[in-house]
This record gives sequence, C-alpha cells and structure tokens, in this order.
Amino acid sequence: MKRHLISAADLSRDDALLILDTATELASLADRPIKKLPTLRGRTVVNLFYEDSTRTRISFEAAAKRLSADVINFSAKGSSVAKGESLKDTALTLEAMGADAVVIRHGASGAAHRLAGWVRGSVLNAGDGTHEHPTQALLDAFTIRRRLRGAEARGAGLDGLRVTIVGDVLHSRVARSNVLLLSTLGAEVTLAAPPTLLPLAVGSWPCAVSYDLDSELPKSDVVMMLRVQQERMTAAYFPSVREYSRRYGLDTARMARLPGHAIVMHPGPMNRGVEIAAEVADSVRSTIVEQVANGVTTRMAVLYLLLGGTEFPATGVAR
Amino acid sequence: MTDHDSWLIRGVTIPGHSEQPTSILLGGGSVAAIGPELDPPDAKTLDAGGLIALPGLVDLHTHLREPGREDAETVETGTAAAALGGYTAVHAMANTDPVADTAGVVEQVWRLGRAAGHCDVQPVGAVTIGLNGTRLAELGTMADSAARVRVFSDDGRCVSDPLLMRRALEYVKAFDGVIAQHAQDPRLTEGAQLNEGEMSARLGLAGWPAVAEEAIIARDCLLAAHVGSALHVCHVSTAGSVDIIRWAKSKGWPVTAEVTPHHLLLTDELAAGYDPVFKVNPPLRTEADVAELRRALADGTIDCVATDHAPHPVEAKESEWAEAAFGMTGLETALRVVQRAMVETGLLDWATVADRMSVRPARIGRLTGHGTLLTPGAPGHLTLYDPAAPAEAVTSTGASKSRNTPFAGMELPGRVVATFLRGLPTVLEGKLA
Repeated sequence: MKRHLISAADLSRDDALLILDTATELASLADRPIKKLPTLRGRTVVNLFYEDSTRTRISFEAAAKRLSADVINFSAKGSSVAKGESLKDTALTLEAMGADAVVIRHGASGAAHRLAGWVRGSVLNAGDGTHEHPTQALLDAFTIRRRLRGAEARGAGLDGLRVTIVGDVLHSRVARSNVLLLSTLGAEVTLAAPPTLLPLAVGSWPCAVSYDLDSELPKSDVVMMLRVQQERMTAAYFPSVREYSRRYGLDTARMARLPGHAIVMHPGPMNRGVEIAAEVADSVRSTIVEQVANGVTTRMAVLYLLLGGTEFPATGVAR
Repeated sequence: MTDHDSWLIRGVTIPGHSEQPTSILLGGGSVAAIGPELDPPDAKTLDAGGLIALPGLVDLHTHLREPGREDAETVETGTAAAALGGYTAVHAMANTDPVADTAGVVEQVWRLGRAAGHCDVQPVGAVTIGLNGTRLAELGTMADSAARVRVFSDDGRCVSDPLLMRRALEYVKAFDGVIAQHAQDPRLTEGAQLNEGEMSARLGLAGWPAVAEEAIIARDCLLAAHVGSALHVCHVSTAGSVDIIRWAKSKGWPVTAEVTPHHLLLTDELAAGYDPVFKVNPPLRTEADVAELRRALADGTIDCVATDHAPHPVEAKESEWAEAAFGMTGLETALRVVQRAMVETGLLDWATVADRMSVRPARIGRLTGHGTLLTPGAPGHLTLYDPAAPAEAVTSTGASKSRNTPFAGMELPGRVVATFLRGLPTVLEGKLA
C-alpha cells in the first residue's frame, strides 16, 4: 500500500481487500467488552478539519483511540487558520509536532494531495472539496460486502454486484471514490442522475450512466443515495426540489421495485423527504446506521495498515 | 554618433534573408548596414557564428504588476526579464492597482519603462473604468497622452456586456485603436478552475468549458464586423476558438488573435498533482487543442505569440488549487518554448517565427518602430538566438521577481544570447548588459 490514502485510485484490488479483511477482523473485536487495542500506542494522529463534519471527525477519532493512538483535533474554527494561516504553514506546524498521520477534511479539491507534499507522516483524505472521500467508499464497500456476501466474508470482492449511485455526482466526493473503489472490487456501477448533475466527461469513468432511476431499480443490488446540497437547489441544476424528489428521490413506491435482497445506502447526513423518504431511510433495507458503525471499523483498518502498527495480539492478523 | 556606439555582429544568419552567414552593423540606433564584407575599424565586435538574428521580439500581453503589486513584479524586473527573453518591446496590461484606466496611470507606466531602459514599454489602457465592465474609461484621453495608447483591454476580465463591447469597438476607430478581448463568459465560468473535461471530472475541480471562450469570440467577431473595427482576441486556448477566428478571417473581418507559449506546449493533464503553478486563465486545455493552436499559428489564423507573463509571489501559488492565483510567467522562456512547439515540429521556420513574434504583434499593437525586418535603415532592435544550444532544464530563478514558471525543470532547447534595443545591447552573453 502507498503511504497516503488520498484517492480510491491509490488502492489496488489487493490493497482494498486487505483493508476490508482487516476491518472484518476488527469488527469481531468490536463485540468484546474492551474494545481498545494497543497497536498504535505512542503514535500521534491529527484530525485537521477545515469543514464542519462532526460525524467524520468523531469516526476517525474513535478509530484512532481504539487503536490507542494519541489524537489531536485541529479545527479550522478558533485556530490560527481563522487568522489566515496557509495550509502549508499549518502543515509545517503539525510536522514540527511530530504527527504520524494527518486526517484532513478540506473544502478545496486537492488539499490532501498538497498536504502530502509538505508533511512526512501519512495523509488520510477525509474528504477534499468535490474530489474524493476514499474512507467513505471503503466503509461503503465493507457494508455492501457484509450485507450481501456475509459478515465473515474474507478475500471476497464485490464481483457481479450492481450498484446504482443516485444524485449529485458532479459535486460528490463520495460518488467519485465509490465509482473507483467499487469498480476495482468488481462491482458494476451505474450513476443515475439528471444530466446537469453529472460531469460532462463521465463517459471516461469506469461505470454506466442513466438518466432514468426507475429503469435501474429492478436490476440493482445496492442503491446509494447522495445528499442534495442546499446550494444546488437554487442554481438551476434542476427546476425545483419537488421535481428532483419526484424524479430521483427514493420513496416507498420506488423501493418496492428493488429486488428483495437489495439494500439502500446513504452517506449522511440525509435530507429526509428530498433524496430519500423517511420510511425508506428507516426500513430494514437501509444500512445507514450500520454505515456509521462500519466507518469506525474501516478507518481503524486504514490507520492500522498505513501506520504499520504491531500485530493484533488478540487475533494474530499478520501484516 | 560616436564609434563606441557601433556594434558589428559577425557571422550571423538572418532567417528569410539568406542562408549564408553575414554581418550586421548597428550604428546610430539603427541597422546601418548588412553584408559579409563589413569591417568598420571602430565598432565593437560580437562573434555571432551559429546564431540567428531576429527582429527584436514584441510581446502584446505582459503583466508588469506596477503600480500596485511590486512584490510580484516591477517595470524594472519585468522588462529585464523581457530583454533576457529577447524582447525589445512589451505591452503592459492594464490590470494594475490602480487600474491603468486614466492618462495618469498609463503615462506613469510608460515613464517607468523609459527609466528602466531594458525594453520599450507600451501601456495598454483599460476598456472600462476599474475593469468593472460598466462604464467606458477615457479611451481617447489615453490615446492622446504621452503613452499613445492604442490597445485597450480589460484583460483578466471579459467585457461581457455586448452593448459596451460594441461601443468600445466603435469608439476606438477614431484613433485607430484595437480592443483586445479576454474572452470568458463570466456566468459560464463561475468558480471555474480547470478545463472542463476528463481531468476536471476526475480531479473534482469546477469545469471551465471551451464554449465560455468560444461564445464570446463568436459574438465579438460579429460585432467587429458590424461596426468595422479592430478586434484582437487574447490568449486563444481552444480548437473551437480557432475555427471561429478562421471563419471570421475568411470573411475579411478585422480580427486578429494571439496564443501563449504555455497553451502551445502544456495540457490540463499537468493539473493531476494539483500544483497551482499550472493554474492559468484561460486554463490549460487538451492535446487536441494544443495541436490545433499550433496549426493555427503556423497557417496564420492565429497572428502571434503573446506571453501573458503573469508573475505572482510564492504564497499566491503555494496553496490549495482553488485558493491560488491564475497565471504563469513566460517572458524568459517564450522563444525556447516556440522552438520546441513550433520549430522542432517543422510547423514554423525561423523567418516565420520572426513574423509571429515581432512583425505581427507590433503591427497589431500599432507600435511604430518595432517589428521591422532586419534591413539597412531598420530600427536597431534585434535578438541573437542560438537554436543549437543543447536543451537545458529551465530554472525558476530569473530576472522576474516571481518564480511561477510552469516550465521549471523542463528541458527546452535554445538560448537567447543577446538583445539589442536601438542599436545597443540590453543583453550580452545571456546576461543583462
């Protein structure tokens, strides 16, 4: 594996399977009364968050703490960043403090890539602008595998599974990372969205494209709904929220068109009643709460593998 | 004239003149004589065996940043960079602070250029007050000033209001002016970062569609034809723009165009590492665009090379992509890039390079006394260039105050050996004279 995790494209199929298998091991530990492992004792992980994202930050924080790493949370608000310090100067500061890994969430595409050029530690991209969010894709792949291939599936990819990703692909880092990772793992990905919310050059991506969600549902094993950002709603990407919801929202009628085994995913936070109906979000098909739990496990696996922790004493998973 | 003001350049080849090496005698600020047998007793001699002599290069598009951003460049440092690149005249763009939208500011820039002395500085005037695109600046007053402004541009911003553009084109007919348009539809490029295509989709950078440039060029060509006035299109970057300009020229309309060295050599693939040194307006495009721009420069559809030299301090580029400033330096590397992109590819010979980098830009800029082919009696502006100098990696440290060259580390052929302005060297042995 590479030293950093910036794009899902950094992961070979073997890399991705190693992360998922490691996460599977770790998930079995999560049921024990004492969840903490000593593997990253003495290591420092910095959470560098330039965007408000409580769920992603606490997920990374929990993951690092369960591996016994020291965690420093660096939020752009109330820090030197608010006084106009550049990303580079912040990077040099973290470097001087001896960060072994920096988890960065930033509003600008490529920020994680730039940071990796300025620090010696590992950089984990926790979402950069409209570019990528690779650990979200890993936790999604982990969730899909657990649900559709079994909790103990090891070494298995997602070969042959049909995943339909619905919504604002153009601005979605979740969609970019998922298209790359899920196709690496053998899934057949289809993007379903209004043409205005797809990149013009989407034809060069390893996926199919559809403007018609209804025709995709009966053949989908997985439907992944993307959040519609508030700022898209007034920028002529679609005529109205109601029309968007009518054509691309997942309501109970649409859910009924899915095969019996199909699951419904959402990276959160949801706009209930816009891209997903409350009944769907709360249904047994929904994996939305599991995704949150799996996020911690998957991020533990990534931190462990990137930081080269010692073997898991409890399970003997070898590097 | 005293004898020590005379220079004899021996053994030089003048492209388009003769295949045989000859000598050029510079005296009294002019080309005094050309011929293999010249041997004046008191002239300083420069052995130019293996070198070619081009008429002093003229840049239609330079950002000297003074007044206002002297941390990025000054007239002194920018014109030094120009001389080192073989230029004897540059057009200083108007987007300074304060904006060059009054006679006062254009005269200040013009005087700073005269004081620096590395090359002639011809100020460009803003089309609209403060580049705000709402009210015409006092174009006639700038034209009548000591700076004799003939080229007007809101470069950096587009004169997007069609009525205002029409009026500007129409108005400058009174003093043989030209409107140099930065063609960029503002609505189609809100927040845009990188050419809209495979790279922007992959990198998650907001797309900058080709049509945002092409739609404005098409409109402006029609306006120029309608009012019968001169339009110059700045930094053409797409194949589609070339098609439109070719069509306008086929109608005989008064349209000219420029292309930058970087758009002749670089593509948007370079953005893959998110290094903002490759962030520029208009953005780097695709290989197909580069190929078409080269063809268009070769066949004359695009009239000239203009650098769009845009210096920025280190901190403006050492950041996230979206935060970083647009622009690249280019004066010191332009001729070498043109050799790589146009001459080594067989698309241009050196005589045509002289046309595209000196004769035509001077004509478009209404710059009398520049862009004259090297013949006896011509002004003594010339560039001595060694096209056979082995390719060397470009360094980011030059005379420019700024370091934002996209060519750093790239091996480029050729070397500017000397530059003469009014018969006297501004550069000798590749160094400021």
